[in-house]
Amino acid sequence: MAATSSLKNMALCLTGVCLICAAILGGVYALTYQPIQDAAKKALVASIAEVLPEGGNLSDAQSAEGIDEYYVSAADTTVLAYAVKSTTVGFGGPLTVMVGVLPDGTVYNTSVLAHSETPGLGAKCNSDENFMSQWKGFGPEKILKVKKDGGDVDAITASTITSRAYTAAVEQAVNFVKSLNKQEE
Amino acid sequence: MSKLKLITDGFIKNNPTFVLVLGMCPTLATTTSAMNGLEMGLATLFVLILSNMAISLIAPIVPDKVHIPVYIVVIATFVTVLQLLMQAYLPSVYQTLGLFIPLIVVNCIVLGRAEAFANKNSVIDSALDGIGIGLGFTLSLTVIGIVREILGSGSIFGWKFIPGDGILAFVMAPGAFMVLGYLMVLFNKIAKKN
Repeated sequence: MAATSSLKNMALCLTGVCLICAAILGGVYALTYQPIQDAAKKALVASIAEVLPEGGNLSDAQSAEGIDEYYVSAADTTVLAYAVKSTTVGFGGPLTVMVGVLPDGTVYNTSVLAHSETPGLGAKCNSDENFMSQWKGFGPEKILKVKKDGGDVDAITASTITSRAYTAAVEQAVNFVKSLNKQEE
Repeated sequence: MSKLKLITDGFIKNNPTFVLVLGMCPTLATTTSAMNGLEMGLATLFVLILSNMAISLIAPIVPDKVHIPVYIVVIATFVTVLQLLMQAYLPSVYQTLGLFIPLIVVNCIVLGRAEAFANKNSVIDSALDGIGIGLGFTLSLTVIGIVREILGSGSIFGWKFIPGDGILAFVMAPGAFMVLGYLMVLFNKIAKKN
């Protein structure tokens, strides 16, 4: 039933199948390009909105040294807050956190963008209420280190490395905002 | 063979997970919760039906010596289409399953059914076989996911009914092997009786 395996048949068949498949893929890619961009943007905007106070217009992404990128939320000319995307190395790989920082260096809120921590242990940085809620209004007078290292951050039980990485990510963001302030003065 | 039997065969006689023992990588990796298992099963179902149909259509004109590369190209195309569609319209599902979607290409079930069934049967029969095997796979993954989620997180489909942490091992790889092993014993014992 199958066509004979002559060189001509094989070449024709492979070329034909690849051409058709490439055409299908190209078509679907073109169709889904815009929705994929929209979905990614929506996810980003949602993650920023989560960590910033309401109101204010969001700037485009700006890059800076020491962090991934940041967004400025401003009403007229007053800066309300910064959303800083900050990455450190956790227990299982890169840990990317979105940190909302007020101009005085107070953390407004944080959310995890991407992580590969151990399920049930470090992955709790995304679900453990005690750990997550302590970041709301974490003032500049407090020390950004886990308690084990002499700071003010409650670590997740049995996940000190993840907690340290998370704290370091927040610290990067806060330090970045502080350095921005210094430049302006 | 009756049309209905084609579908039910995928559930019991040819159950991909518990009887054929194919596609173990996604089975072990994505069943951390019932929902993940279900979603992975449905993604595979989608690819299986389409690839089975396409392959039964083109089988007569494919020369024997190149049939594997041709099948893989066809399967990879459908998987990529699925991946793009999920990214566009189901971004949250894509985020949990992300890495495992491209791996459907090398899922033995898909190529296995192309080789063992689709290339010698009609388009309709192949589609039915795809539905049967796909649903069998979905069911197995969901059951494994349910057991792991109950033991590991004390919840079911995300609904928590036991406070606290559950048994951590069941969320991780060792638990996956244990649950799979015991369910396999149970399944084959019941299947043999019938």
